[in-house]
Amino acid sequence: MEILVCIKQVPDTAENDIELAKGGRDIDREDMVYSINEWDNYAVEEAIQLRDKVGGSITVVTIGDEEADDVLRRQLAMGADRGLHVCDQALAGSDGLGLATILAAVARQGKYDLILTGAQADDCAGQVGGMLAALLDVPFAALVNQVEVKGQGVLRIGREVAGGDQEISEIDLPCVLSIQTGINQPRYVGIRGIRKVASVEIPQLDAPALGLDPASVGDKAARLKRLDYFVPQGGPGAQMLTGKPDQLAAQLVEILKAKGGLR
Amino acid sequence: MDNLFVYILHQEGALHDSAAELAAAAQGLAPQATAILAGHGPGLKAACDQAAGLFPQVWKIDDPGLAQANAELLRPLLTRLIPAGGVLLLAHEHFGMDLAPGLAVKLGAGYLPDAVALAGAHDGALLAVREEFAGLVSAHVSLDLARGAVITLRPGAFKALEPGAAGQIQDKSAEALAGGLPAARRRYVETVAAEAGEVDITKAEVLVSVGRGIEDEDNLELAFDLAKALGAEVSCSRPIVDAKWLPKPRQVGTSGKSVKPKVYLACGISGSSQHLGGLTGAACVIAINKNPKAPIFQRADVGVVADIVQFLPLLTKAVNAKA
Ligand SMILES: Cc1cc2nc3c(=O)[nH]c(=O)nc-3n(C[C@H](O)[C@H](O)[C@H](O)COP(=O)(O)OP(=O)(O)OC[C@H]3O[C@@H](n4cnc5c(N)ncnc54)[C@H](O)[C@@H]3O)c2cc1C
Ligand SMILES: Nc1ncnc2c1ncn2[C@@H]1O[C@H](COP(=O)(O)O)[C@@H](O)[C@H]1O
Repeated sequence: MEILVCIKQVPDTAENDIELAKGGRDIDREDMVYSINEWDNYAVEEAIQLRDKVGGSITVVTIGDEEADDVLRRQLAMGADRGLHVCDQALAGSDGLGLATILAAVARQGKYDLILTGAQADDCAGQVGGMLAALLDVPFAALVNQVEVKGQGVLRIGREVAGGDQEISEIDLPCVLSIQTGINQPRYVGIRGIRKVASVEIPQLDAPALGLDPASVGDKAARLKRLDYFVPQGGPGAQMLTGKPDQLAAQLVEILKAKGGLR
Repeated sequence: MDNLFVYILHQEGALHDSAAELAAAAQGLAPQATAILAGHGPGLKAACDQAAGLFPQVWKIDDPGLAQANAELLRPLLTRLIPAGGVLLLAHEHFGMDLAPGLAVKLGAGYLPDAVALAGAHDGALLAVREEFAGLVSAHVSLDLARGAVITLRPGAFKALEPGAAGQIQDKSAEALAGGLPAARRRYVETVAAEAGEVDITKAEVLVSVGRGIEDEDNLELAFDLAKALGAEVSCSRPIVDAKWLPKPRQVGTSGKSVKPKVYLACGISGSSQHLGGLTGAACVIAINKNPKAPIFQRADVGVVADIVQFLPLLTKAVNAKA
């Protein structure tokens, strides 16, 4: 099975304070620690398990700046077979549809049976996978938490639905699936593994190489535009307790008593 | 906005909680909006009757093949029904995430996912608010409406509308299904209900809930010790279940359980929208988090900035001293 996995490099919210910069036009990216989008890591692991079961190969692709090949290298160390780096200033500012248009062009240059995306990325949108499927006119399923090869050209998949119920379906290949966390246990990737792939060549693709119509991607084509970032001043917020740890604990005990949390 | 539509979810004859919220949001955008419901049989009819209390106009698509919600079947039908330039609202939940992005493409419309506030249309663009980076920052966005739009709204973010309309129900099945249901490239098989588990966190009066801030599986013990001192149960956020540190029935949130304790102690939980979605019934939320900017402090009643690995044992000791 030929599998394409779309991956994105995102600010690691556990490692960075997310602060506003440039009057809210962007977040402060100075000294930012980036990592692979959590959902994409599960998608690559799922691709590896499928390939190891039925054969084939895995291509990981990212659209990002010069440094974004770090994330490709990490997933090569994890077990993907090759990386593609789409990198072109003309593509900056693309909205979800723009990104999906670029990925569709990448997909058309190969012959993929299965395309995986994460269920969502750092923009909490969950849009690129469904749009990509529609552009390629192949079936789609969102929030997939189980994948099995059912027979020739058919997968049996589970989709997570409300309350943790699981909706089981069969889906024809080729298709696009957006992968939900928890579908597997992504394998550990160590520094040594990443060193081993340090010299692997990762081809860079730009808009002309992908045959992209410049009017369909980038800033100008975007119909959804971010005007600015801001920190919400939502609601009254919590009553914040202050004091030394022992005092905080003592105050909490009183609050627990008052709220019925302690008999 | 002339052509405003709202896709409404329903199950077993009852509208999804998001229906009244979508109705309120629609009212803020245009005086007239049309609800669209798809399904089959008496359940669909009952749902349409309720929708008519929220919307001036209701379109019904009835077919045995639609008895089970299947976004792949529905998308081409909606593409046929919604006129060029139309705007469609729906809920950003498991079905909406499946249906909406591809629908926007097929309609040739713009897409705005997971809006938490809408500020109305100006000069052909809709202004809205979304959240990014796990809710740590918000963004003002604008969506070009020139070729129509599909917009998903965050459940719980909009105040619900009280029913009071006397809407007209129109059967649009023939129009939507002209030429029959499309060949299904994704076929529904069955729904497997979430396992019940040994502990029912939905009945607990006090929950000690742990998130990724617990850092290490061995540290879970700190939460169990506190729960024991309080006579509480231990629940958790999704990453704890993903890591298989606790079983799925202990997960709180939209893809887990909705809980309604007197006190919910959120320990090392950032407060994602999906987690908070399971907390709407909690009477008092106490958040302990080492990041003073964690979104959970917006929802919580009481907040403590602390490292839970150090603080939970202190709290357990203080509780035991009082008991
Ligand atoms: C469709 C869908 C459904 C979902 N359903 C659910 C659901 O039902 N339930 C759910 O929970 N999530 C759900 N999620 C996932 C959700 O988006 C978040 O990823 C998740 O809630 C984050 O969990 P968390 O708060 O534990 O982790 P994080 O967001 O990583 O937050 C960890 C927090 O711990 C703090 N912290 C770190 N170390 C310490 C320490 N030592 N002491 C104190 N604080 C510390 C950090 O400051 C941070 O705020 C869903 C996602 C999707 C896309
Ligand atoms: N810049 C990108 N490069 C490659 N894939 C992406 C990119 N942005 C988003 N994706 C894919 O689309 C998924 C959903 O992202 P989003 O729609 O932005 O929430 C991600 O998990 C990735 O699989």
